[in-house]
Amino acid sequence: MYSLSEAAHQVPVIDPSAADGTFSLLWLVIGLPLIGAAVLLLGGRATDRWGHWLGTLASVGSFVVSVLLFVELRGREEAERSVTQHLWDWIAVGDLEVGLDLLYDPLSALFLLLITGVGSLIHVYSIGYMEHDPRRRRFFAYLNLFVAAMLMLVLAENYVGLFLGWEGVGLASYLLIGFWQHKHSAAAAAKKAFVINRVGDIGMALAIALLFTTFGTTSFSAISEVSGAAEEDTLTAVGLLLLLAACGKSAQVPLQAWLLDAMEGPTPVSALIHAATMVTAGVYLVVRSNFIFELAPHAQTVVVVVATVTLLWGAVIGCAKDDIKKALAGSTMSQIGYMMLGAGLGVAGYAFAIFHLITHGFFKANMFLGAGSVMHGMNDDVDMRRYGALRHAMPVTFLTFAMGYLAIIGFPGFSGFWSKDKIIETALAENWVVGVLALLGAGITGFYMTRLMLLTFLTSKRWKDDVHPHESPAVMTVPLIVLAALSVLGGVLLLGDWIVEWLAPVVGEAPHHEPPLPIIVITLLTVAVVAVGVAAAWFLVGRREVPLTPPQDVSFATRAARADVYGDAINDVLVVRPGAATVRGITAGDRTLVDGLFTGGSSGVKAVGNVLRRLQNGFVRSYALSVLGGVLLVVLALLAVNLA
Amino acid sequence: MTAFWILAPVMVLAALGILVVRKAVHAALLLAVVMISLAVLYAVLDAPFLFAVQIIVYTGAILMLFLFVMMIVGVDASDSVVETIRGQRPLAVLLGLGLAVILVASVGQITLGTVVGLDAANEGGNIEALANLLFSRYVFVFETTSALLITAAVGAMVLAHRERTGPRPTQASRAAQRVRDFAERGEHLGPLPAPGVYARHNAVDTPALLPDGTPAESSVSRTLAARGRIRSAPDLADDIEDVQRALGGLPGGSGSPGDTASGSGHNTENPSAAAGGPATDGDPGSEAPR
Amino acid sequence: MTDVTPYVVLSAILFSIGCVGVLTRRNAIVVFMCVELMLNACNLALVAFAKQHGNLDGQIAAFFVMVVAAAEVVVGLAIIMTIFRTRRSASVDDASLLKY
Repeated sequence: MYSLSEAAHQVPVIDPSAADGTFSLLWLVIGLPLIGAAVLLLGGRATDRWGHWLGTLASVGSFVVSVLLFVELRGREEAERSVTQHLWDWIAVGDLEVGLDLLYDPLSALFLLLITGVGSLIHVYSIGYMEHDPRRRRFFAYLNLFVAAMLMLVLAENYVGLFLGWEGVGLASYLLIGFWQHKHSAAAAAKKAFVINRVGDIGMALAIALLFTTFGTTSFSAISEVSGAAEEDTLTAVGLLLLLAACGKSAQVPLQAWLLDAMEGPTPVSALIHAATMVTAGVYLVVRSNFIFELAPHAQTVVVVVATVTLLWGAVIGCAKDDIKKALAGSTMSQIGYMMLGAGLGVAGYAFAIFHLITHGFFKANMFLGAGSVMHGMNDDVDMRRYGALRHAMPVTFLTFAMGYLAIIGFPGFSGFWSKDKIIETALAENWVVGVLALLGAGITGFYMTRLMLLTFLTSKRWKDDVHPHESPAVMTVPLIVLAALSVLGGVLLLGDWIVEWLAPVVGEAPHHEPPLPIIVITLLTVAVVAVGVAAAWFLVGRREVPLTPPQDVSFATRAARADVYGDAINDVLVVRPGAATVRGITAGDRTLVDGLFTGGSSGVKAVGNVLRRLQNGFVRSYALSVLGGVLLVVLALLAVNLA
Repeated sequence: MTAFWILAPVMVLAALGILVVRKAVHAALLLAVVMISLAVLYAVLDAPFLFAVQIIVYTGAILMLFLFVMMIVGVDASDSVVETIRGQRPLAVLLGLGLAVILVASVGQITLGTVVGLDAANEGGNIEALANLLFSRYVFVFETTSALLITAAVGAMVLAHRERTGPRPTQASRAAQRVRDFAERGEHLGPLPAPGVYARHNAVDTPALLPDGTPAESSVSRTLAARGRIRSAPDLADDIEDVQRALGGLPGGSGSPGDTASGSGHNTENPSAAAGGPATDGDPGSEAPR
Repeated sequence: MTDVTPYVVLSAILFSIGCVGVLTRRNAIVVFMCVELMLNACNLALVAFAKQHGNLDGQIAAFFVMVVAAAEVVVGLAIIMTIFRTRRSASVDDASLLKY
């Protein structure tokens, strides 16, 4: 077994102070979008005309409060940057006492800014994107609900509160993925996402139960104080269960299958799921539970393995997809794999995982919204083989998308460069096998993103004449520009190791590990590998004629990647078919055995009744005769009793 | 005990008779025998008040009610002796016998001890003593029975009541209806013909004869017809001839035969007017034996 | 007279005969009469025991039985009348529609 982390570090104890002053506004962060959702859902059609404005306003309001809180938190001493707000007693059953408590610390602060900031931009974008949808008001209600649930998830002070947000996110994603439920594929995708998420939720529920039986509490602060006293086996079990939960929510192998199908939802939903909410929840959970993973090295190892497999898996899928959104979805899976890798590396990687999460939030939202803009101009066509040379038709989309592209492949200077490079660096320092695989993933990322870029914006025009690509309205391009700027500049967070120091009170400070190679060499190596990927894409895609229909005589690897690396097939064989067979068997057993017993019994009773009912012949004299017989019996019984 | 030993067999026989007689009227009469005998036994058992009540209420009122209902339902409606429910009769007899045996056996096995007698209780008179009990200890029960009786009376009235569905027919409307019936269906317009009344006896059971000599069926009650009690005029005539022959035969042996023959011949010639043979015996020349 | 056992035995016999009558006769009026016979048999036992025990409560009970019997006869005969009016029959076997 690899020793991925050194002997257990001192895990920082969460010791929050009560919320006062500006921090008493904390509940508003969740409250505003929640109120927005409630008003829009309960208000019905009366709110149709201004519903989207209200939804956007709620989200922006939440962002403003988040910024205020962040500024306030920065002004505090490092040791006091942890605030809790007790709203009310929620559950009090026997020993289980759960309050609806909120915890605001440097980690939540960053998440708050990301969720509300990117979420608000997506809200604004959706105003334009969903303009012609008759159910736009409902869409905004769900968006608000989604944001509120995610905020609940990252602000909760205990696992039960986190679970509330966790399930809320699952519900909102179900509603949004299946928003166009008239499409059969969308309804099926929503169901698939929901079911797979339930598998992860089982892990979450069991982990909470195990934590409660072990520590008698579910509060982060309380558990972080005493987690060192627990047995390592218990903590490993908790860690694995939490990992299962994280796999479900963050689309990690083996629970990754829902993410690609989730593209059936409207594009802003995809952006929201992939950039700001939902899939980041798993990373957040692992980082937040550092006081468990730090003490359970076995669980950490499993996290790293899962993350490495996922980052390659997603990258391979991204290489072969012709659907622009599915290609991006594969890239998301891969990038989340990087974050999980960072989180699994322990204290050294937590901060970089969060850093990559934030930069990824910027550039992935940017690219998803850009893809939505492209689809908007292409009559909702998603097949990249029918795009090409769109840079002239939609210059703004092209330029902003290019910023995101450069960021994700890790072009020097762009945000992704800083964040991904740090993770690869740390991985190499901890374990060179994982590090090399992560490096390979970076190369594949360069390949598939370049392919996507070439197919969509460069190469030759392949769309039909009746399609008229056009630039999207300002309400959609302005968020794109903002996100593009963030994609470029996201790296500033690392200036002077700011983010590492900022998160140190939560995740602890890592002892310095000397990587096997000098840092500058690693950086150059990464850039070189990415360059190879880009060049490969240029020679394989950019230099050739792109056929309108995907060629069939392709290698095994391409076929596998087109089929999501057989993720659905594996699920089908392992779960779906045995499940269906079991259900059929049980049904047959129920029909024949159980129903047979019941119907046989009832028909037996009926047959007896058919015979016995002849006694009811309607003749009053017969009845009187039986009465006399009864009298005789009673008299005889009395005599027998008296004589005995 | 003399009265008991005389009456007990009579009562048992009468009760058994109720089981076997076919006509309800006979059953009622046999029941009357049982009840009157019971009344006598009450008197023997120092219960003079119940003796009177038994006779007045049971025999007098209740049995009369039975007879009234029987008159309405049909006196002649008699049971057929064929049992319709399979196994009912033997089973009933068997169970009844079993009950009787068990009851008699168990009563016979106990010794009641010496009779206390009602002399002390009846000291101030049986009726006064009963009244004392009735209006003191049993006054609530007594009041309750009054409610029961009222309810029974109202119930009987409700059951016997028939709602009138149309307007009450007047004499004029009945007359109009009869004429209409005659016009449409040719029904007889006038009153029904009277039965044939013949000199020999009051013959409501004998139909009148129509001019052509056939009997008029509508001249006698339908009830009699249903009972098969109608006697035809020719039968009556045969009857008369039999009587006359008998009469003629007797004087023929002792008196003048010619006288008898002439009287007989006269009667044979006018059969329709020959009702009541003995009435014509007022013939001064003949000696009719009675 | 030593005790009233003969009276009670007679009462039992009459009661049993009444039972058999109720079970075998089909004319509702006769059935009813048999019921009356059973009631009277009971009365005899009550009066006999009154004599045996030397108090009048038995006679009072017999009196009440008579009252109730009178009420019962009135209603019962009215019912028989009503049934006869609609069905033209006083046979208890004819009223046998309430069956399987």
